[in-house]
Amino acid sequence: MTERIKAPPTRLGSGGDKVFRGIIIFLALCIVAIFVLSIYQLVSGGWETFSKYGLGFFFTSGWSPAKDSYAALSFIASTVLTSVLALIIAVPLAVASAIFITEYAPKWLAEPVSYLVELLAAIPSVIYGLWAIFVMAPIIQGWQLQILQNPQLNAIPLLHVDIPSGRGLITAVLILAIMVIPYTASISRDVIRLVPRDQREAAYALGATKWEVIWKAILPYARAGILGGVILSLGRALGETMAVAMVIGNRAALPTSIFDATATLASVIASEFGESGGLQLSSLIALGFILFLLSLVVNFTARAIIAKLTPEGIKV
Amino acid sequence: MSMAGQLDLSGTRSQILRRQSSRKASNIFAGVVISICTLIVLIPLFAIFYYLISKGISSINLEFFTQSFKPIGETGGGMLHAIVGTLEMVGLASVIGVLLGVSGGIFLAEYREHKLVPWISLVSDVLSGIPAIVMGLVVYAMIVLTSKHYSGLAGALALGFLMVPIVVRTTEEVLKLVPSTIREAGLALGLPKWKVTLSVILPAATSGIVTGVMLAVARVSGEAAPLIFTAFGNNNFNADPRDPMAAMPLSIYQYAISPFPEWHRLANAGALVLIIMVFSATLIARVATRQRK
Repeated sequence: MTERIKAPPTRLGSGGDKVFRGIIIFLALCIVAIFVLSIYQLVSGGWETFSKYGLGFFFTSGWSPAKDSYAALSFIASTVLTSVLALIIAVPLAVASAIFITEYAPKWLAEPVSYLVELLAAIPSVIYGLWAIFVMAPIIQGWQLQILQNPQLNAIPLLHVDIPSGRGLITAVLILAIMVIPYTASISRDVIRLVPRDQREAAYALGATKWEVIWKAILPYARAGILGGVILSLGRALGETMAVAMVIGNRAALPTSIFDATATLASVIASEFGESGGLQLSSLIALGFILFLLSLVVNFTARAIIAKLTPEGIKV
Repeated sequence: MSMAGQLDLSGTRSQILRRQSSRKASNIFAGVVISICTLIVLIPLFAIFYYLISKGISSINLEFFTQSFKPIGETGGGMLHAIVGTLEMVGLASVIGVLLGVSGGIFLAEYREHKLVPWISLVSDVLSGIPAIVMGLVVYAMIVLTSKHYSGLAGALALGFLMVPIVVRTTEEVLKLVPSTIREAGLALGLPKWKVTLSVILPAATSGIVTGVMLAVARVSGEAAPLIFTAFGNNNFNADPRDPMAAMPLSIYQYAISPFPEWHRLANAGALVLIIMVFSATLIARVATRQRK
C-alpha cells in the first residue's frame, strides 16, 4: 500500500481540522464511555448483593425470592447447559449449509439459499418465542403425554416428565439452536469462501472426490475460523433472552431431565424483573453483570482463536 | 488423514476398484446429507412464515393500525400504540446510533495512525457482544433508577447503545473501501481534511453507511429485552417519550405469555407486522449494498 498523504498545513484548513478531529475523537470516546458506564452501573446496581454474599453469590445455588435469599450458580450452569446443547445441534447443520452454499449449490441456488439463511438471522427473538409457544410447545407436550402413559420411559431420569406443560429445557434448546444456526452458518460460509482456490485445485488434481476435497482440504484450512464462529455464536446463545424466557418455564433450579423447567441468567432477569425490588432487584442486576462477564470472556476467546489459529491470508 | 493414504494404488485391481466405488458412494452420501441438512436449516423459516401468515393475516385490518389496546373482555382493538412507540423509539435511537456510530467509524478509518484507534476498535467489538438485556439493565440503573420513572427516552437510549457498534463496524469498512486516490485528490486540491472527509469521502460511502444503519435498525426494532426495564410498555396510546411507552416486540411478548386468546390473536398479528417491518429494513440495506457494487 502506498503511504498515506497527510493534509498540508494550510492556513485555511488547520484550524477546522483541529476542531473536526477533536469532535470525532470526543464522539469516539463516548463509545468507550458507554462501555465504562456499563461496568459501573452493573457493579453499583448489584453492589447490595455483592457486599452481602461476596464471592459466594457466584458459587452457591438456591435462588428464592420467597426467602429473600439469592445465589447465581444454578442460573450460570443452566445458561451454559442450554447454550452448549443448542450449539451441539446447530453447528453440524450450520456448517453443512455453509458447505452447501459454497461448494455444492450452483450460483442460481446459492444466492437465494444464503439470503434465506440471512433472513433467519433477522427474525426477532420475540417472534421465535411466539412460534415456540404456539407451535413447538404443543408438539413437545405431546411427547410428554406419551411418556407419561409409558411408566418405563418415565422411569428414565433424563426423560422424566413432571408436568406436561411443553415448556422446559428441551423446548428452549431447540428454539435456541434454530436461532444460532444462521450466525454459525454465515461465519462458516465466509470462512470457507476465503479458503484459497489452490487448496481445492491441488486436492482435485490428486484425484480426490468432492467430499474428500471438502473434508481433507477445505475444512482443515477453515477450522480456526469456523471454531471462532462457533464461539461467537455461543456468546449470542448465552445472552439470548426473549425466546428462551418464553419457553424455558423459569424455575430456579438445575434440570435433571430434558423436560424440566429451568431458568437461564437472561430469562430470570426478564421474567422476575417486574415484581422485584430491594435485594432481589440488586441480585438481578448482579446476574446481569455475570452475563456481561461471560459474554466478554467468550468473545475474547473467539477473537484469540481466530487470530492465533487462522492460516495467513484468510484472516476474517 | 493424509491424501496419500486415500490414493494408495497398492493392491490388486479388484481391491482398487472396490476402494474407488466406496469413495464414490461416500461422496454421493455426503452430498445428500449436506443437502438434507440445508433443507432442515431452512424449514423453520418457512414454518414461522406459514404460522404468522395463517394466524395473523385475518386480524390485520384498519382497526389494527388505528386502534390501541382494549381491556380484557372486550374484543377488537389494535396495536397503534405499539407501532407508534416502536417507530418513535427506533427513530430516537438512530440519532444516537448514527451520530456515535458514524463518528466512530470515521475515527477508525480516517485517523488510522492515532494511538486510540486499537482501543476504540476493541471496545466497539466488545460492545457488539454484550447481550441486549444487559444493555437494558445498564440504562435502567443509569436513567430509571435515578429519575424513578420509566420512559420511552430510556428505551431509545438502550436501543441506541445497541446500534452503535453495528454502525461503527460497517462505516469503518465502507470508508476503508473508498479509494485513497479520491482522498488524495481532495487533499491535493488544497481542501482541509475535514472538508475532504465530510464532502468527498462520506458522500462516496453513503450507500454503505445506509446499509449499516438499516441493519442496525432491523436488529433493534425487534428487540424486546432491553425495553422491559426502560420503556416498560404501556397499554394506552402515548406519543410522549418522557413517559412509559409501548413497543411492538414488547407488546407481542406480553400478549403471547398472557392466557387470553384475544391477546394471542393480537400477538400473532403484531408479529406478522413486526417481521414485515424488520424484513423491509433488511431489504433496504440489501438494495443499498447492490447500488454500491
